Amino acid sequence: MTASPSWVQRTSPTVIAVAVAFAFAAGLLWLIDAPPLEAFRLVLDGAFGSTDRASATLLAWVPLVLASAGLVVTFNAGLWNIGVEGQIVMGAIAAALVARIVPGPTAALIPLAIVAGVIGGGLWALLAGVLKTRFQVNEIFGGLGLDFVAAGFAIYLVIGPWAREGTASTSGTDLFRDETYMPTVEAFGTTWPLIPILIALIAVVGVYFLLRGTLFGLRLKAVGKSPTSAFLLGIPTNRYLLSAFLIGGALAGIAGSMQAVAFHHKLVPAISGGYGFLGILVVLLAGFDAKWIAPIALFFTMIATGSTQLDLRLGLDSAIGDVVQGQIVLFVVLGGGLALWLRNRSASRRRKAVEVPSGEGQEE
Amino acid sequence: MEATLASIISAAAPLVYATMGETITEKSGVINLSLEGSLRFSAMVAFVIAFRAENVAVGFAIAMLAGAAFAAIIAFASIELKLNQIAVGFVLALFGIALASFLGDNFVGERGQAVPHWPIPGLSEIPFLGKVLFSHNLMVYGSFVAIAATWWHFYRTRPGLNLQGIGERPEAAFARGINVNKMRYFYTILGGAMVGIAGAAYSLDVKLGWRETLTLNLGWIALAIVIFGGWHPLRVAFGCYFFGALQVAALQLQDVFPGLSQVLPIAPFPLMIVALMVVYSSSFGRLSDRYPKARNLFASAAPGAIGTVFERE
Repeated sequence: MTASPSWVQRTSPTVIAVAVAFAFAAGLLWLIDAPPLEAFRLVLDGAFGSTDRASATLLAWVPLVLASAGLVVTFNAGLWNIGVEGQIVMGAIAAALVARIVPGPTAALIPLAIVAGVIGGGLWALLAGVLKTRFQVNEIFGGLGLDFVAAGFAIYLVIGPWAREGTASTSGTDLFRDETYMPTVEAFGTTWPLIPILIALIAVVGVYFLLRGTLFGLRLKAVGKSPTSAFLLGIPTNRYLLSAFLIGGALAGIAGSMQAVAFHHKLVPAISGGYGFLGILVVLLAGFDAKWIAPIALFFTMIATGSTQLDLRLGLDSAIGDVVQGQIVLFVVLGGGLALWLRNRSASRRRKAVEVPSGEGQEE
Repeated sequence: MEATLASIISAAAPLVYATMGETITEKSGVINLSLEGSLRFSAMVAFVIAFRAENVAVGFAIAMLAGAAFAAIIAFASIELKLNQIAVGFVLALFGIALASFLGDNFVGERGQAVPHWPIPGLSEIPFLGKVLFSHNLMVYGSFVAIAATWWHFYRTRPGLNLQGIGERPEAAFARGINVNKMRYFYTILGGAMVGIAGAAYSLDVKLGWRETLTLNLGWIALAIVIFGGWHPLRVAFGCYFFGALQVAALQLQDVFPGLSQVLPIAPFPLMIVALMVVYSSSFGRLSDRYPKARNLFASAAPGAIGTVFERE
């Protein structure tokens, strides 16, 4: 047993990994003859340079936080909810259905669209859960399959029954009626998505306390740590797994309904915006801890929305933002493992040196 | 008819390399979940290098190295660092997608090198079969070899038996004197190199050129086909040709049903889920106990130790 690492030992690999990721990004930029520092400045400017941009960044932050909050629940139950993308899509489709067919004022339609998102995303996640608990279909591959089925369903709706009059293009359905648009708040010379921001904050705070301060959360984490021992202790494992799927899917579904009624105002094939898979990166980086979700998600949306400026101003492919996001998580994950490995290796070498002074060739 | 079958064979060829590679990797007990990223990255690298070097073979070689590098990271992270294979593979998938888009941006729309057409002399003269099987190029013939070699290796050789051992019961294999982790390194990297070939096969032959959507979702589809094929090389190959047929059908029916080309490629995913449901369903278990041959024909379970870390203690 090694002594539990100090705060510095625990966080320094993360700090080093983030620094390495940025150095790597600078190297990539330098490789293609782009000025790295200017690029970093442009990203910041693109994300927060004006109130309009800050508002757009926050609008992108909302679905990422919602999806990530849901993923924190499923991850803590030991589940790899790769199906999150599909859950966002199904939430968006359900919200779009409400927006398309239900008449009425905004005050009724918006809550209804959110409830529809909860149902759409929740049921789609529950399907992955039933496949796992009842049919022993691993949630990673079941979820991946359901992602594509949901994406196919969205495409089918866009080019089929919900196609625009006269054309069958994949650019999306007709815009929803004005009454279904998420209301915004005017301030500082632009409009802000205040309601979505509040919903995202409530979700992430709710998940934090659910996992930290409730018996349900405690048991859920027990199931995540060891399903067998949790089961032997009398916890109905499957019911907890299904609940985790339901909560995670519901939050992803709300993210989808936000994409539909607060952002696109129509159904498009790529309605999920990739926020589900990006959310998995956020949660991995957050170490499955809800309290880091909001800041990390803000950092990631800053990189994502800011990178579009690189496209406009420097003519760079905006995928550089995705590269940096992927790198940070990759280096943090690998860096954490590497730090532990190096520590254990040096510890065991020291131990061996004591036990086997002759140093007989014991291969590692 | 001949032309249609021939186009199915060549459309499926890259997928054959990718799925055979992943089958080998997963048989050894490691999941390389990075396929969507490593396939796309190697397709981009293959195109760019072949374009610059004006040489297709160099493109293939570098793509193999790229695929092997992704796999090596997963093997190292899993075997040495004891990290979750799914986590590392998933992050690498997204990372590879982004890196390919970014680095390949300047090469979109360029006309590059292509694998030269080479009908096999003599064999291509055979009526029907000659047109369908032997009027392609080296990449396509290589995909036949990949299937046959994978099958032969798994079921007809001693190292193949050991490979199944380290994926099913690593402790037992270790007790029999097999260096489990060394073999896992080897098969994971070999599988990754084959994924690299698949990437090059897209950008240098089947879809010729580079754009972000060149291999869109084909990496995930390859993962689904490996499962649908129950980790058996011949059934996995069948899955590839079945998917190739769907692709060709969608293309040919495009004028009649315009949406079909978007929706048909999704077919492998529900099929994968159904295959997984069938494998573990109790009625199938009873049936296959009674008819063991039927089990081999229709479905088989995942390698017992898939995705786990082996520690000798």
